[in-house]
Amino acid sequence: MKNPYGTQKIAFFFLLLATLLIVVPVGLIVVIIIQKGLPAISWQFLTDIPRQGMRAGGIFPAIIGTLYLVSGAVAFALPIGLLAAIYLSEYSKDTIINRIIRLAIVNLSGVPSVVYGLFGLALFVVFFKFGASILSGALTLGIMILPVIITTSREALESVPQSFREVSLSLGASKWQTIRHIVLPNAIPGILTGTILGLGRAAGETAPILFTVAAFYLPQLPKSVFDQVMALPYHLYVISTQVPNVDEKIRYGTAFVLLAIVLIMNLVAIVIRYKFRKRKKW
Amino acid sequence: MQKFKELFIEKLILICGVASIFFVGLIFIFLLKEGLAVFKTTGPFDFLLGRKWYPISEPAQLGILPLIMGSLVVTLGAAIISVPIGVGCAIYIAEIAPLKLKEVLKAGIELLAAIPSVVLGFIGMVTLVPLIKSIFKLPTGLTALSGSIMLAFMAMPTIVSIAEDALYSVPKNYKEGALALGATKWQMIWRVMLPAASSGILAAIMLGIGRVIGETMAVMMITGNAAVMPGSILVPVRTLTATIAAEMGEAVVGSEHYFALFAIGIVLFVISFAINVTADLFLHKRE
Repeated sequence: MKNPYGTQKIAFFFLLLATLLIVVPVGLIVVIIIQKGLPAISWQFLTDIPRQGMRAGGIFPAIIGTLYLVSGAVAFALPIGLLAAIYLSEYSKDTIINRIIRLAIVNLSGVPSVVYGLFGLALFVVFFKFGASILSGALTLGIMILPVIITTSREALESVPQSFREVSLSLGASKWQTIRHIVLPNAIPGILTGTILGLGRAAGETAPILFTVAAFYLPQLPKSVFDQVMALPYHLYVISTQVPNVDEKIRYGTAFVLLAIVLIMNLVAIVIRYKFRKRKKW
Repeated sequence: MQKFKELFIEKLILICGVASIFFVGLIFIFLLKEGLAVFKTTGPFDFLLGRKWYPISEPAQLGILPLIMGSLVVTLGAAIISVPIGVGCAIYIAEIAPLKLKEVLKAGIELLAAIPSVVLGFIGMVTLVPLIKSIFKLPTGLTALSGSIMLAFMAMPTIVSIAEDALYSVPKNYKEGALALGATKWQMIWRVMLPAASSGILAAIMLGIGRVIGETMAVMMITGNAAVMPGSILVPVRTLTATIAAEMGEAVVGSEHYFALFAIGIVLFVISFAINVTADLFLHKRE
């Protein structure tokens, strides 16, 4: 008969191997980008416009473009997402509607990013005639990050103990007063986490902005929400596939800046969540 | 006044509550609105099963079978790589890793999930593509295989985190029962935990695969973008998503090509809808 502990050893070895096969490449990717990208970063690279057909100069317009898009997306998605989360956690009782909403959220988060791009093109660019503009791009990204914001905010709201609500209601506060003054303040760290994760997601996505806003090369800053902008992820795509003979340093530098923005946002979200868990009084 | 204000706010909350249903509907309607027009010139069968994708020739040939095959080959490859590794890693994190290591590993997986696909595509271009080219002595390293490997990394975070949740939510007494009967830890995992968590793990795999089918940027950057029927995994292919991303920029609004790209969008939407609904059913079987 086989020795079960021998089998266990072999099995655990393969499980460890599987884990290493994920973790080591991830580490390598981050290390490579830091190692080759960091030397390219200078004040000039961050604040100059791209020059010589994007083969020299900096990436300032792309950074600014991404900032605009991300803030626009969150300005649109946060109010809607937060109210939707309040509805789901505080108001909805009807299980069928609830289930349909949950399915809709699951589907929204599963729709391929390029399909969001098509949708944004058809609705905002063509139908509403916003053209390829910051407005179209930000709205498209906003709808895309809605599920992230709803799901995390809802979890945060639901984790506020029921007794908090009962005490407030028993003191004569109305339902909305209870939500506004008791539930929301206690859920803010969780909501913040979700918002920041949404920000990170919006900053890194390329496909939704391809046809709704992103400019191939536009070395000036936008003047209104109806202007096109460059955006970091699209810029990285352009200089790594569309423009020949771009200095490797510029490519790695751009990848580094994009990765740094996204990872810092995720890190901030993780830290908030961690601190909140430690401080939680219930 | 106070009453009136509250009524207004509660109505607003209700509207936002159903907003996600509204947006899913809106996406589908606008895809249909722009996409169905292609069937005026190309029949649904010619569209889905046509072997030639020459959208700008005269007359345009709009068969997306090569693109479907491209997506299929890349997705299948990515699934073969990511499913065993992802599920293995989930088991390791859920059952074997010590507590401290567990936190580190989970953070690492979250990190991977956060890396933008265009960055993964870029890294794939500069590291993996030359490697594949030299290993297999190919004229180009931009192949379906390169795409599969890179996409596997995009599927793994989804698979690991959902499968780990599934394992975590198996009741403790199952585990204790198995161990008390004298099973080794591995027997307990293999015979008790995995069957008990199987529907959740299946959902994890499906959602991971859904992520791969919908992935766009990385796949466009490293699969070589040749819209022909793939003969092997070592040739360039083009996926459904990459076709939309690469060609929509040039397609004239209102042209046959434009409609065809939206019709591809419908196909992708339907696939992702089916995957997500089924996965959701599996996830809630447990409850």
